Amino acid sequence: MIRFVVNRLLQAVPVLLAAVTIAFFLVRLAPGGPFTQEKSFSEESIRRLNDHYGLNDPVGVQYARYIGNLLRGNLGPSFKYSNRTVNEIISETFPVSLELGCLALGFATCIGLAAGILAALRPNTWRDYTPMALAMTGICVPSFVLGPLLVLVFAIQAGWFNAAGWDTAADRLLPAITLGSAYAAYIARLTRGSMLEILPADFIRTSRATGVLERRIVTRYALKNALIPVVSFMGPAAAGIVTGSFVVETIFNIPGMGKMFVQAAFNRDYSLILGLVAFYSLLIVIFNFAVDIALAWLDPRLRKVTS
Amino acid sequence: MRKIAVFSKSTLALALGLVCSACGRRETPVEAGNRLQVLHLGNSSEPQDLDPHIVTGVTEHNIIAALLEGLVAEDPVSLKPVPGTAGSWDISADARVYTFHLRENAKWSNGDPVTAQDFRFSFQRILSPRLGSPYAYMLFCLESAEAYNKGQIADFNEVGVRAEDDHKLVLTLNEPVPYFLSLLNHYSWFPVHSATILRFGAPDELGSRWTAPGNFVGNGPFTLTEWIPGKKISVVKNDKYWDAGTARLSAIHFYPIGDHKIEERAFRAGQLHVTGTVPIDRVDYYRQNRPDLLRLDPYLGCYYYLFNVRREPLDKLEVRRALAMAINREQIVKYVTKGGEEPAYHFTPPDTAGYTARARLPYDEERARELLAAAGYPGGSGFPRLTLLYNTSDAHARIAQAVQQMWENALGVEIELLNMEWKVYLASCQEGSYDIARAGWIGDYVDPNSFLDMWVTGGGNNRAGWSDAGYDALITEAVAASDPAKRLESFQEAEKILMREAPIVPIYFYRSKSLIQPSVRGWHPTLLDHHPYKHVYLESSGPPSAAP
Amino acid sequence: MTGLSSSEGIRTGPVRSPWREAWRRLAGNPAAMTGLAVIAVLGVLSVLAPWLAPYGYETQNLELGAAPPSVAHWLGTDVLGRDLLTRMLYGGRISLLVGVCATAVSLVIGTAYGAMSGYAGGKTDAFMMRLVDILYAIPFTVFVIVLMVAFGRNLLLLFAAIGAVEWLTMARIVRGQVLAVKQEMFVQAAAIQGLSHARIVFLHIVPNVLGPVIVYTTLTIPRVMLLEAFLSFLGLGVQAPMSSWGLLIRDGAEVMESFPWLMVFPGVVLAATLFALNFLGDGLRDALDPRFDRKRSGP
Repeated sequence: MIRFVVNRLLQAVPVLLAAVTIAFFLVRLAPGGPFTQEKSFSEESIRRLNDHYGLNDPVGVQYARYIGNLLRGNLGPSFKYSNRTVNEIISETFPVSLELGCLALGFATCIGLAAGILAALRPNTWRDYTPMALAMTGICVPSFVLGPLLVLVFAIQAGWFNAAGWDTAADRLLPAITLGSAYAAYIARLTRGSMLEILPADFIRTSRATGVLERRIVTRYALKNALIPVVSFMGPAAAGIVTGSFVVETIFNIPGMGKMFVQAAFNRDYSLILGLVAFYSLLIVIFNFAVDIALAWLDPRLRKVTS
Repeated sequence: MRKIAVFSKSTLALALGLVCSACGRRETPVEAGNRLQVLHLGNSSEPQDLDPHIVTGVTEHNIIAALLEGLVAEDPVSLKPVPGTAGSWDISADARVYTFHLRENAKWSNGDPVTAQDFRFSFQRILSPRLGSPYAYMLFCLESAEAYNKGQIADFNEVGVRAEDDHKLVLTLNEPVPYFLSLLNHYSWFPVHSATILRFGAPDELGSRWTAPGNFVGNGPFTLTEWIPGKKISVVKNDKYWDAGTARLSAIHFYPIGDHKIEERAFRAGQLHVTGTVPIDRVDYYRQNRPDLLRLDPYLGCYYYLFNVRREPLDKLEVRRALAMAINREQIVKYVTKGGEEPAYHFTPPDTAGYTARARLPYDEERARELLAAAGYPGGSGFPRLTLLYNTSDAHARIAQAVQQMWENALGVEIELLNMEWKVYLASCQEGSYDIARAGWIGDYVDPNSFLDMWVTGGGNNRAGWSDAGYDALITEAVAASDPAKRLESFQEAEKILMREAPIVPIYFYRSKSLIQPSVRGWHPTLLDHHPYKHVYLESSGPPSAAP
Repeated sequence: MTGLSSSEGIRTGPVRSPWREAWRRLAGNPAAMTGLAVIAVLGVLSVLAPWLAPYGYETQNLELGAAPPSVAHWLGTDVLGRDLLTRMLYGGRISLLVGVCATAVSLVIGTAYGAMSGYAGGKTDAFMMRLVDILYAIPFTVFVIVLMVAFGRNLLLLFAAIGAVEWLTMARIVRGQVLAVKQEMFVQAAAIQGLSHARIVFLHIVPNVLGPVIVYTTLTIPRVMLLEAFLSFLGLGVQAPMSSWGLLIRDGAEVMESFPWLMVFPGVVLAATLFALNFLGDGLRDALDPRFDRKRSGP
């Protein structure tokens, strides 16, 4: 077990470095730099700014310097927000996205699992079609439609909530629902699908025949197996949801990481983009690691396999 | 089985409970603000910084204007220069030397008096080559300032800035600048507190922390208390400000809400007093139902299309004029932008410091067709498929599509639309790798020079690559002219050339659009959309604006 | 011989072609058939768009502006006075094409990659999955901008960009499933029979993991359509004045309060596509999975 953990942590390092390296050169390919402005300022001032941030050095030198700093945990200053560092920006925005993501995931998992299980237990009846139809509306109503709709109904017409912002506890509700609905739908569909495959299996029929309680069969035997594709899906989904959703954060004006990531790309804020890539790849490795642990727990046969 | 049913039912109940607990009409931030004289403003985007010598945008200006004050201030209605930190000034006979007498009671927010040395320090800072300030050129009218900024002279004493004593600042210009006092209202001329800057590093060093809340020291009517990136920036009343008696607001909160639809919804939910803009498709709604909330005021800017005159066939005058005259600008402002904008047939907005251009680049389809035929493309046949570049935005996309159709219907010319992300669009324009591009120009100060001097040969903002010796000569003449009437005449002639040669097609003059709660007072319409905060206050009488 | 339960993957000898069997099962599923019919109708309408459309998709009527449905314009007009029905017909071509192709690309690549990784196990699996992790971390927006600039714009680029992102999750799901299925007896039986690895993976394992894959695929197509809207909005892909369902929904959402029909109609069509695909997908899964017997569902 310890070996497993250490092994995976060691694998995290090359992943991080590879991702950052690819991103490092990728961002410099995009036209326009961090200081390209609408009103043309003197070449002088652009040169000075580039000098200050070391952007006039040869690319190899910049790369080596960046990696050196990265290994020491220093992600550099933001090119766009001149008085903040990337470390600060991440430490400010990540907790917000994390909170939103966890709330959305919690909502999605509860609703999704419940709906999927209920549907699988009575397939092709109204108990199947109703939750599944609701789940599907969660997918085909995109967040940029659902969010504003919720705001129009509950914030403006009813006056119960703020239309945007992240101040009070109540501000969390609408964004979490908006973000979570699509995932709830996925989880519901995947759960139902795999439950339908598992339930007719022989070992289920056997345990039923030997008198094991139905409840136990569903939760302990069937669900554990059925969750495998759900968990596989959840790994990267969780990493994505927790690093913030650009769309939902924009709709509700939430100061999270998702919005920051996309805006950094538009601003060509190289250091911020790379810092976020490094952070994001770390999160992905952690989440996939968690997924593999979960898979191994769900299906003990996998324990030897996933090393 | 039952456990699952129970579980899912309880989840549902929990969710409903949460919703109901938030039930009931709450006091909105606007209502609370009216009570407490706290103003909530929508401020389009997160500011890059609050250092007036580093930033370049309007969003930054909106906040800096609360925290700092220059030598002069603006009249809230006319924007004319009125005494600010300087109580009075003298202008020499040749209009080249300005002597400013600073107020004895002008103080920084930490109690230090504002001195002439502070101003000298600030001007030196923005002109220092190492800082690389984008707006350094605003100070180039000062004697030798340009040379200092380019590193040609090393001693700042040679620059036309002298602090004769603590309260007397003498500025010497290269040549008379009639709009000089208006120029001083731009934040590049604002002072910064030298002791604070020096506490955090060398004055010409980037990445300093001096603008963080708690560190920021300013001489304006408000001080910085809170800065949560992406969420809000808060300023509170500065009691040490020399005119603190006039300022009635106790605090202002700036919210960087980028998307204008979200901003509008936040306004309706009672979260904002004033929005930064209004979505195009909501303007009609407010016009018809709640005109008291809608403000459409003239704004000093022109939206135009740029022709790359270095490329065929746009190097031909007839082609450019044909394309220009086929754009029905009335239709665009009436049906596409719908914000009450004024269709533009010349480049400088009307009544800019008393100047209204007589030049015209009219809409005339017949003539346009004749010109195109004369250029060798009768009915559009043989005309190459040019591309029209615009940056990602619904508004630009709509106008571009409308123009595309106009050119096709009127001239038989087919063009392709090219939607580019912002920086790629900028890079393409600056490198000249485009055919036709959408552009907009907002004046930095209220004077026709702000609009016309950009088109001189080799001008940094002359993205069309256009060059006309006659035009250059007229601009030089205008700059040198001492007689204001003669000066405006030179501008008139120059604009005639600009509209005749048509390297650009003006489409409309901007309107500043905003939604404003009825409780806001002292928020006057101004050409630069500046609203000096010390004259703004909230009237809490009357019912709050219910969600329209 | 038909008394042997078909709960194992062992074939008892071809009485009938398994594909004909599958088709027969599918045809007997009314929901799936309805789904197939809906997709077919939408597909045909889109293909015939140039002949069916009452107006040109770029023909504007600025004075009319956005008008609700009327006799002249059955689905109303957009803000530039263009007929919505026409734009939806043409938009369908883009959306269905991109949706199907991009999903197919990601399906093929993702399944192959994930199956190989899961089957190989051990260090190979770890390495392949770490590659996937690296690609996940690449900032998508930057990637799109670079693609757009480096290669100009055309629909092929759109498929590439979308496919490049979607296959990653598919690979992970397939890999997870394969890891589970690998332990089953029929796999070991096939190995004992001396079948090559490739045959084992693609002929025996993949058909048994198709369930979640099909479900995920049917969920992917509408997501791909909306992703296409985001990309076209940024400038990669469909250029104005051409549109797609995703873009129409996006544009409609901008004005949903003032002109609701601009969002509702494209939204309903996208939802209909989604539902149809899901019923079809469920039917396909039922039909192709030899173990699943609908009559034996539940106690």
